[in-house]
Amino acid sequence: MKCTEFLNELTNYLDGALDDRTRSELENHLSWCHNCYVVCDTTRKTIEIYRNSELYELPDDLRSRLRSAIMSKCSAHKEKNAEKEKKTGPQKV
Amino acid sequence: MSAIQPNIQPPVSEELELVRRAKGGDDGAFEELVRRYDRNVFRIAQHITQNREDAEDVVQDAFLKAYGNLAQFQEQSKFYTWLVRIAVNEALMKLRRRRPERMVSLDEDVKTEDDSLPREVADWSPNPEQMYNQAELRDILTRTVQGLPPGFRTVFVLRDVEGLSTEETAEALDLSVPAVKSRLLRARLQLRERLSRYFQKRARGDGNQ
Repeated sequence: MKCTEFLNELTNYLDGALDDRTRSELENHLSWCHNCYVVCDTTRKTIEIYRNSELYELPDDLRSRLRSAIMSKCSAHKEKNAEKEKKTGPQKV
Repeated sequence: MSAIQPNIQPPVSEELELVRRAKGGDDGAFEELVRRYDRNVFRIAQHITQNREDAEDVVQDAFLKAYGNLAQFQEQSKFYTWLVRIAVNEALMKLRRRRPERMVSLDEDVKTEDDSLPREVADWSPNPEQMYNQAELRDILTRTVQGLPPGFRTVFVLRDVEGLSTEETAEALDLSVPAVKSRLLRARLQLRERLSRYFQKRARGDGNQ
């Protein structure tokens, strides 16, 4: 396997989506190609660091404010539809 | 090296039960769905819009739209995937409004020369968590992911941050599976490349190609 072939399969490898034969060819390549080993390792770390990063967490006070706003808009929507329904027959929910 | 496992999501049947109750007019059930996914929708919206106020609007608009269109939800896909699709569209609309000078589309497949070819090939050591405090690290990660084109950023966030499968990501973004895979690979490699400039072994200096 060449380095370019390794790169093409990298995402499938990290996602565990390779057949046994391709995976073993790729792992064989990683065993002797230091650059590809580093690229593979640091790409895996990139995914992990973002997954564990807790970027853009929703603070509790904002969260409850948003939820109240959503639910009151939903109620208003429901009432409006119920009124329309009285006048003109069934509407979509 | 072990495969990266997607985040575990709750059983579909329990969720479907909530959706059916919500469809039947039970607002408490819908509120439970909001509670279950509001954090995810907020994160996705903030990643796409890169603006906190817009993200707050997207959370409200996406759930309201989902509520108003529940009858159209076919139950062939997961409720969450359907909700993400609505949220992504709302977020892209916000982004387009903020940046009318640039066409923002998920179809854009930005081709820059060799944008995904690895150049930085030094190992990361010590661990980034040891090199930077939490606030610094968060700042680096935010700036780095914001540098990706919206189409790549969205695929990366849905697939790798939110843990949707490749197929679910394709469904939520109305892209083909190969398109998702290609964008995901390039997004991952570009992020790795940019992060390497911060995280590579300091003793060795620049990349050792």
